[in-house]
Amino acid sequence: MESYTLKEENPVIKIIIDVFLVIWAIINLFPIYFMFTFSLKSNEEIFGENIIGLPKEWLWSNYTTALHTGNMGLYFFNSILVTTLAIAISIMAAMMACYAITRIKWRFSRLTNAFFMLGLTIPIQASIVPVYVVMSRAHWLNKYSTLIIPYSAFALSMAILICTGFMSEIPYALDEAARIDGCGLFRTFFTIILPLMKPAVSTVGIYSYLQCWNEFMFANVFISDSAHRTLPVGIKALSGQHTTDWGPIGAALVIATFPTLIVYLFLSRKIQASFIAGAVKG
Amino acid sequence: MSDNKVKNEKKKRKIEEGLAIFVFLLPGLLLFVSILIAPIAVSVYRSMYDWNGFSEGTFIGFDNYIELFTNGSIKFMNSLKNSLILAFFSVFIQLPLALGLALILGRRESRKERAFLSIFFMPVLISTVVIGQLWLKIYNPDYGILNRFLDAVHLSSWKHVWVGDIKTALGSIIVPTVWQYVGYHMLLMYAGVKGVDIDLREAAMLDGATKWQVDRYVVIPIIKPILRVSVIFAVTGSLKTYDLVRILTEGGPFQSTEVPSTLLENMLFLRNRYGMGSTISVMLILLCFAFALLITAAFREKDV
Repeated sequence: MESYTLKEENPVIKIIIDVFLVIWAIINLFPIYFMFTFSLKSNEEIFGENIIGLPKEWLWSNYTTALHTGNMGLYFFNSILVTTLAIAISIMAAMMACYAITRIKWRFSRLTNAFFMLGLTIPIQASIVPVYVVMSRAHWLNKYSTLIIPYSAFALSMAILICTGFMSEIPYALDEAARIDGCGLFRTFFTIILPLMKPAVSTVGIYSYLQCWNEFMFANVFISDSAHRTLPVGIKALSGQHTTDWGPIGAALVIATFPTLIVYLFLSRKIQASFIAGAVKG
Repeated sequence: MSDNKVKNEKKKRKIEEGLAIFVFLLPGLLLFVSILIAPIAVSVYRSMYDWNGFSEGTFIGFDNYIELFTNGSIKFMNSLKNSLILAFFSVFIQLPLALGLALILGRRESRKERAFLSIFFMPVLISTVVIGQLWLKIYNPDYGILNRFLDAVHLSSWKHVWVGDIKTALGSIIVPTVWQYVGYHMLLMYAGVKGVDIDLREAAMLDGATKWQVDRYVVIPIIKPILRVSVIFAVTGSLKTYDLVRILTEGGPFQSTEVPSTLLENMLFLRNRYGMGSTISVMLILLCFAFALLITAAFREKDV
C-alpha cells in the first residue's frame, strides 16, 4: 500500500546527481580555465609537461604579441564599434516599428507584425549571395557599414518581438492622456513611450550584442582587409599566422571572451532573462 | 458647424496617423526588406540561372536544383547528411541532457542551483570561433590534450589526427557543437520548469508521486511547447551550422565534413557559381521551414 506521505529521495541517487552536476560544471569551466592558462604560457610549457597546470612563469608578453603583431586591439575596437552601432540602429528601428504596430490602430498592423516575424525563421545564409553581389558591385565591401547594416537587419525581428511584449504592457491611458493634453503621436513616442522602454532596451541589447559580437559567417565572407576585421575573423587570421605559437592565440581568445564573461558574472540573471525572452515565443 | 469641425478634426487625425505609421515603419521596413526579403526573392530568381555573379547569366530553369541532388561532385547530399547527423545528435543527446539538467535544477531554488545554472550557461556566451580554436588545441595530434591523455592512460592505439582523419573528423565537429548549446536549451527548459505551478507539484507529491514521476507526468507535459521550440532550434541550427566546420576542418578531409553553408561559400569563392550558391540558399530556407512545420506537426500528433 502506498502511503500518502512525501517520499524521501534515495540518498544514493542524490549523491550520484550531485557528482554528475559537479562533473558537468567542470566540463563547462575547463575550456575557460584552459584558455586562460595557456594564454600565459610559453610553447615549452604547453608542449612539454605542463599542458593543463597553472603557468609556471606568467608570460604576459603573449598579450602584447596578440595586441601588437596580432592587431587584436584594433579588432576589439572594430567589434565594439560594429556591435554598438548595429544594436543602436536595430533597437531604434524596432521601437519605432513597434509603436506603429501596437499603439496606433490601423488595418494592417497585425499583418505588418507577422511580416517582420518572418525574420525569426529565415537563416542568414538565405540572403548572403545577393547581398554580397550588390555590395561588391557598389564597392561596399570592407567597410564598417558592410557589417553594421546587415547585423541590424538580422537583429530586427527579435528586437521587434521583444519590444512588442514590453510595449503592450504600457497602459494605453498614458497615450490618451497625452493626446488630451495636445501631444502629437511623435511627441508621445519620444517623450512618453521611449523612456518607459528602458527595460526592453537592455533585454534586446544583451541578446543582439551576443549575436553580433560572435557573428562569423558574414564577417568572414564580407571582410577581407585586416583594417575592418571583427574579433572572430581576426582570431581566425591570427591562428593562421601563428599555427605553432599557442600563447598569443590563447591571449587573443581571452581578449575576445573575457569581457563578456566578466559582465556575465555580475549580470547573469539579466543575461539569462534576455535569452529566455528571445526564445519563448508563440 | 460644430459637426463639421469635429469631422475636420477627425480627418486631420487620420492624416497625422497615416503619416506617423509611415514614418515609424520606414527605417525598420527599409532594413528588413533590403537585407532580408528582397535578397531572398533575388536568390529564388537567381537559383534558376547559370550565373557567375557578374554577367547576365542564362536561365536554366530547375537545372541547378536537379544538379544539386544528382551531381555527386557537388557533395550536397553528403553535406545534408552531415547536417542531419548533427541534428540527430543534437536532438537525442543534447536535448535530453539539457532537459535532465533543467528538471534537476528546477526542483529547488537555492544558491547552489543558481550557481550550477550560471556555469552551465557559460559556453553559450563564448563565440563559436573561440570554441573552435580551443578544441583545435584539444585535438592537436602532437600536443593536444586528448592524444596526450590517451598516451597517459596507455591507450595510444586510440590516438587519432582527430580533425584530419576521415573517420573522426565529423565526430570532432559534433562533440563541441552538442556540448556548447546544452546550456542554452537547459536555460529555456529551466524557465519552463520554473513556470510550473508549485501547487501542482505539491498535489502530485501528496498523491504519492516520486520526484521523477512529478517530472514525467506533470512538468514535462506542461513544458511541451518549450520542448518543441528547442527541437526546432536544434534541427534548424544544425542545418545552418557553419562556424565550427570552417574553423575545425574547413570541410575536409576530402570534403567529407562539408555542410550546406560551407558549400554555399565555396560556390561563391572557389567556383564562381553564384546561381548554384543561390540554389543552396533557397534549399536551406525550404529545409528550415519544412523541418519547423514537420516538428510542429509531430508535437501536435502526440497531444491527441
